[in-house]
Amino acid sequence: MDIIVPIKFVPDLVEELEIDDSTGLLDRTFVRMIPNELDEHALEQALLLKEKQGGTVTVITLDYGDVDEALFTAKAKGADRIIKISGDDFDQGVDNHATTAILQQAISDIPFDLVLTGTQAVDDLDGSVGPLLAARLGLPYVGYIVRVASDNGTLTVAKEYPGGLTAEIDVTMPAVLGIQAAEKPPRYVVTSLVMEAMKSATIDEQGAGERADEPLAEVSGMAIPESGAHAEMIAGDAQEVAEALIGVMREKGIVG
Amino acid sequence: MKDDICVVVETLRGEVTDTTFSMLAAGRELANGLNTGLTALLVGHEVQGLAQNLGAADKVACIESSALVDFNPEAYLRVIAECLKAEPPRVVLFGSTAMGTDLACGIAMQLNAPVITSCRTVAVEDGLPTYACLTCGGKIVAQGPIPGPMCVVIVMPGGYKAEQGRIDKTPAVYALATPAVDGARTVFNQYIEPEVTDVDITKESILVSVGRGIQNQDNIELAEKLAAVLGGVVSGSRPVVDQGWLPTPRMVGKSGKMVKPKLYLAVGISGAPEHLEGIPEAETMIAINTDEKAPIFDVAHYGTTADAVELLPALTEKLKQA
Repeated sequence: MDIIVPIKFVPDLVEELEIDDSTGLLDRTFVRMIPNELDEHALEQALLLKEKQGGTVTVITLDYGDVDEALFTAKAKGADRIIKISGDDFDQGVDNHATTAILQQAISDIPFDLVLTGTQAVDDLDGSVGPLLAARLGLPYVGYIVRVASDNGTLTVAKEYPGGLTAEIDVTMPAVLGIQAAEKPPRYVVTSLVMEAMKSATIDEQGAGERADEPLAEVSGMAIPESGAHAEMIAGDAQEVAEALIGVMREKGIVG
Repeated sequence: MKDDICVVVETLRGEVTDTTFSMLAAGRELANGLNTGLTALLVGHEVQGLAQNLGAADKVACIESSALVDFNPEAYLRVIAECLKAEPPRVVLFGSTAMGTDLACGIAMQLNAPVITSCRTVAVEDGLPTYACLTCGGKIVAQGPIPGPMCVVIVMPGGYKAEQGRIDKTPAVYALATPAVDGARTVFNQYIEPEVTDVDITKESILVSVGRGIQNQDNIELAEKLAAVLGGVVSGSRPVVDQGWLPTPRMVGKSGKMVKPKLYLAVGISGAPEHLEGIPEAETMIAINTDEKAPIFDVAHYGTTADAVELLPALTEKLKQA
């Protein structure tokens, strides 16, 4: 089975996000971009399928800057081919419509059975990569997937609904799947193997072609949400905070 | 349906989902503001009987076929796209759910309409419909106009309570011709029931709930010990379950369980919208998180930025002595 895994880079939410006063949008100057977590799950699921079924895994990303390490890490984990697409307007972020138009061109000469993406990315505003790419490729899309099995060319997936219920769905390949969680946590790979990949592997670098304008909803402004309410904050060292919290629990009748 | 606001109704095993009612509330807001109709599009098999629940809508349009009994991504996408092409609404609302997100993008692409993700609230200002989205794990609100002539909007719960979309009126119901549904490349087989376990977190009155901020699997034990002295159990957020640190039935949130404990002690949980969907009914919520800007503090009643690894044992010891 030949699988393509597009990796999207998203703002690291551990860092503080700020709004640029001049544009009214997210200030990207100091934002650290990291691979979207669910895309890491998609990669893991692809590697698990490759281990069971054979085939290849191709990892592809747009060059938002500092993406090489993630690509070499994918290589060290077991990807066969790593591709980076460059473009001159990527530094201010690339919307999902543009991303999928670029991906469609980039993979047009790569044969594949499956494209695995994360079901969503934390900064999605104009749809998500998986279903948009499926629409462009004219392929079926199923998201929220937590298991993928293949038997004699029939692909069966488990789609997750609330409360732990799942639906088993057969999918004809080629197809695009949105992964909610891989069957195992994404594997860890030691730095020495990543370093080795950096020495031995080559990133296939391509340029993004022209793309047509498409209807998009304009974002006229961004803001840090101001909530009406905020928790009553308790300061102090662990002992002091523990005392205060137990006081709260007593007051609420939770502990005696 | 043409130029109306259209809500694509979601049903799961014969019942209309709560998210649908949040969408209806959002749709009502737009329809009233734009002085247009609100149509609920109900797709399935023998579903007309469900239309009586959809009183928030002016009309309910039904597409019925025995091939549409359970959600089938490609079959549903095809029939809904055909209907909307015939009578393009001004705004089409889908849920930010396992069903809605399979459909919204593909339908938007077929209709050459823009799509807006993670929309929390909508409004009409000076005759212009607008959206507000919660993005970047709830840390950023993005706003703008809902462009015409047609736009697809994916609505996340949280902005509107389901009750706001439950209106006791009888909408007009009519059937639409069912477009061809054969040859879909996705086929529904069966449901697989959730694992049955001895602990049901939806029935527990005290939950010590752990998130990624707990740092490693060994620290789960600190939460277990605290839960034991409080007479509660440990639950967690998605990342902790995906790491295999807690079993799936302990997951709180959008794809996990909806819980309603007397005490929800959120430990190292940032408060992403997907998690908050699971805890709207917690009576008292205490959040422990070293990131003072974590969105969890906007919904918790009490909070502290103390380090959980020190605070949990301190709490456990003091409660034991008390």
